[in-house]
Amino acid sequence: MIRLLYTIVAGVLLGLVVHLVSVLALPRIATQDAYSRLTPLTQLNAVTALPPADPGNVLMPFMDPAFATAICRYDLSGGAIKLAVPVSQAYTSVSFYTRNEIAYYAINDRSAGRKVIELDLMTEAQHNELPEDEEITAADRLIIDSPTATGLIVMKALAPEPGLMPQAQASLAAASCKVQTDVPPKQAKR
Amino acid sequence: MRLILISLLALCLAAAVGVGITWMTATKGTDLGTLTIGAWTARPKTGTADIDPYSRATIVRNGELPIGTGDGVAFTATTDDSRKPLDGRCDVVVSGVTPAARFWTLTLYDGKGHLVANTLQRYGFTSQEIVRGADGAFEIRVASRSRAGNWLPTGGLERYALMLRLYDTPVGVATRTQRDAPMPAIATVGCP
Repeated sequence: MIRLLYTIVAGVLLGLVVHLVSVLALPRIATQDAYSRLTPLTQLNAVTALPPADPGNVLMPFMDPAFATAICRYDLSGGAIKLAVPVSQAYTSVSFYTRNEIAYYAINDRSAGRKVIELDLMTEAQHNELPEDEEITAADRLIIDSPTATGLIVMKALAPEPGLMPQAQASLAAASCKVQTDVPPKQAKR
Repeated sequence: MRLILISLLALCLAAAVGVGITWMTATKGTDLGTLTIGAWTARPKTGTADIDPYSRATIVRNGELPIGTGDGVAFTATTDDSRKPLDGRCDVVVSGVTPAARFWTLTLYDGKGHLVANTLQRYGFTSQEIVRGADGAFEIRVASRSRAGNWLPTGGLERYALMLRLYDTPVGVATRTQRDAPMPAIATVGCP
């Protein structure tokens, strides 16, 4: 009898360990996370517009139907990414997610303070390799460090009224997300 | 023989308890880092790198992308102010004011986080399209049948969730009380 009691206590304690391990492991083993769902729909290092959120669109839960959304699925192993998102009339935001959906950075049009949100996305190693006294820093572009080499950039433009949705989609269609070439075009001409 | 049986029992129990608790916390969520104001709850930390492991597990399991802190914050309500679950067959009134934000949107979702089909193709309101009273306060009627004013159709769903998203807002990790973030009231006013 006492042995059975010990067994149950041991089982429950071991169960708590199993629970902790499984919660921590879940982000790595999940196959239906947002990144995996978006992978077949999106191109690597390019802007892809998502279909509008409506009842037939079950791509991701809790999408805001008032927004036009575009995704840039990035891989920094080939070099840093240059991102340019023109600001729409109402509200535009750019959010950055790691491969495991951690929202590590987000910026909106007002904090960017310009007509175009321009960012350089790179890994920490690539950031450290940047020459410090070169024109790159003088160009006062915002540099974001990505904790992982792959991830998602989500660009959103608000349509404050349903009739303004085409405008919001059009402003995102002008966004660009591409790998920075090693030699800037200016120097290549010389 | 007896030892093998007993260890097997302990291991089975461990697996059942461990996976069971994980499944429960991932589907129902935990109270870690939640901000509750009236019937509304938010998890401002899910939009940062400081997200807790339970929220991460939930997000990954659902396949959603949490709203980033530099973008905004999302509040969810599944009950009215008197803790009665939101019923799509009843008339529910969402009224009052919202915290400071450049824009907000109010959206109705079913239990899985999908939008609910209706003939108007209206799934929510934005702060700009809503009809307000002279004092700036608004009243949204969430009901299955058409209502005057700001009507948000439920499609007659038994259970639904409302999500209020504030964009470009000071509300976030530092917010604690109703005074910092005056959330609209939710009241069930009548059931057929």
